[in-house]
Amino acid sequence: MPLINVTNLKKHYTSGDDVVEALRGVDISIEAGEFITIMGQSGSGKSTLLSVLGGMNHPTAGDVEMAGVKLYQLSSEKLADFRAQNLGFVFQAFNLISYLTAIENVMLPLAIVKMSTLAKKTAARQALERVGLGNKLDRLPNQLSGGEQERVAIARAIVNNPHILLADEPTGNLDSKTSEEVMALFRELNGAGQTVVMVTHNPENGAYSDRTIHLKDGRVA
Amino acid sequence: MKLHNISINNLKRRKAKMAFLTIGLTVGIATIVTLVTLTSSMSRDIERKMDEFGANILITPQSNGLAMNYGGISLGGVTFDQRDIREEDLAKIRTITNSKNISAVAPKVLGGVKVGTHDVLLVGVNFDSELKMKQWWKIFGEAPQGDSELLLGSDASKVLNVSSGDSITIKNESFKVVGVLDQTGSQDDALVFVSLPKAQKLLGKEGKITLAEVSALCSGCPIGDMVTQIAEKLPNAKVSAIQQVVEGRLKALDQFKRFSYAMAAVVVFIGSLIVFVTMMGSVNERTVEIGIFRAIGFRKSHVMRIILLEAALVSLLAGFLGYAVGMGGAKLALPLMAESKNAHLAWDATVAFGSIGLAVTLGLLASLYPALHASKMDPTEALRAL
Repeated sequence: MPLINVTNLKKHYTSGDDVVEALRGVDISIEAGEFITIMGQSGSGKSTLLSVLGGMNHPTAGDVEMAGVKLYQLSSEKLADFRAQNLGFVFQAFNLISYLTAIENVMLPLAIVKMSTLAKKTAARQALERVGLGNKLDRLPNQLSGGEQERVAIARAIVNNPHILLADEPTGNLDSKTSEEVMALFRELNGAGQTVVMVTHNPENGAYSDRTIHLKDGRVA
Repeated sequence: MKLHNISINNLKRRKAKMAFLTIGLTVGIATIVTLVTLTSSMSRDIERKMDEFGANILITPQSNGLAMNYGGISLGGVTFDQRDIREEDLAKIRTITNSKNISAVAPKVLGGVKVGTHDVLLVGVNFDSELKMKQWWKIFGEAPQGDSELLLGSDASKVLNVSSGDSITIKNESFKVVGVLDQTGSQDDALVFVSLPKAQKLLGKEGKITLAEVSALCSGCPIGDMVTQIAEKLPNAKVSAIQQVVEGRLKALDQFKRFSYAMAAVVVFIGSLIVFVTMMGSVNERTVEIGIFRAIGFRKSHVMRIILLEAALVSLLAGFLGYAVGMGGAKLALPLMAESKNAHLAWDATVAFGSIGLAVTLGLLASLYPALHASKMDPTEALRAL
């Protein structure tokens, strides 16, 4: 049984009298442990698809089933719990909290989990060590380079051992060398069994994944 | 890392905004504390004075147009002895419903006599009750003990040119001056005091009195009720309260109190608006941050807790500061506003806890909508601001 099963997914946005059809009936199946890249031109609906997969954007029609749970049949708060327990997000602009140190940013998803502070710190330190930042735990985001901030964002996404790691253009703001390092890190995480779904417009990133899904005008091409 | 760490770290980061918020709320709370403490201190000051000087009730004969005045106007030449009160009737005063409130009843008999070439007003008093009522009297010498001793007002002493130890003659009877009053600024300065029985005898008014003062040593005595009650017991006497001045002041204070509360309400409203606008602005500024919180699985209640905890912490600080600043303000303003120079600041635990409680309640109430607004933010919308 696939880890993620998307059937006939539609998402329409209304803007005044206009209706924008971002997704027009997408069917996707993703197995546990896969590394998927979703590619497409700007406006193809790839970011919308990722936000729907992340349980943050109610679809107009269709189903998203993840680990046996139909996401959009859950209440808003249960959906939040599902995200906390099963999903990890890496955003394009890193989206670290500027007033928290690296380790505090990584501990953020654990702030709502019943664990001892020591256990939270240990988990956050291990996640930062996994991304190669074990020596920069107490740096604030503005004291880190772009690549390092991205790594902290990845550490934050994996600290709660999610079933699925969702990444939205994670190399969008990085130079090519740092992009390669970050992609290698994703590959490494995937190699350790982490399911990764990544939206990217960079064809070179596709080389790191097991499979690439191309979207065009809201449909799988 | 717990939710409160996020709140505290955010407060530390936004020092200027949070300082503005704290100051806004502090000013509001301080104003309330100052106004409440001032009115309370001033009330206590006036009440203390009422206690000190007695809430006096004056019992005089029904005069039927007789111009008779004890308060500074001469009684000379006026026929005031037409309908004297009988001394034995005074015992009835002790039988009124509010008799517990009566501290002293001081009967007096008044009459004009000649001392040498001078006309003076002789007052027969019961020295025990008189001294109890007029605690501000300062006597040079002693209070008279027997019928042949007398006490002089300071002006009377000067005019008659006698002092303690001298003797004077009234209606062929010799009296020893045992004490002279220090200047009181009242009618007492011009009087000659002897014992009540002696004065009654000298003036030919045995068993009669001209007037009686009643002192009720309590704050907020039902003076009006007592006047009515005494009047019922003494139908031939005119009973009136002579504390209009104090009542007038209390009335003015009451008006000031109402004005204070109205002002406090306005200040509280403005303070709440400051909190609301600042917290709303803070929430809007943190759209992305809240989007991240929601994306990584924070419930709406978690987001609300973060915002409300921030508001509670700032409000708590503002409550403490507001109380301190407010009490300081009251201390500075009290000498300018109180009636007496030795008015004391009223320290009240209710005001202390009340101001802190009010600050926190206001802060939380004014932040409730911003917190709700934050919790309802759509994570996708929030992250679209990227």
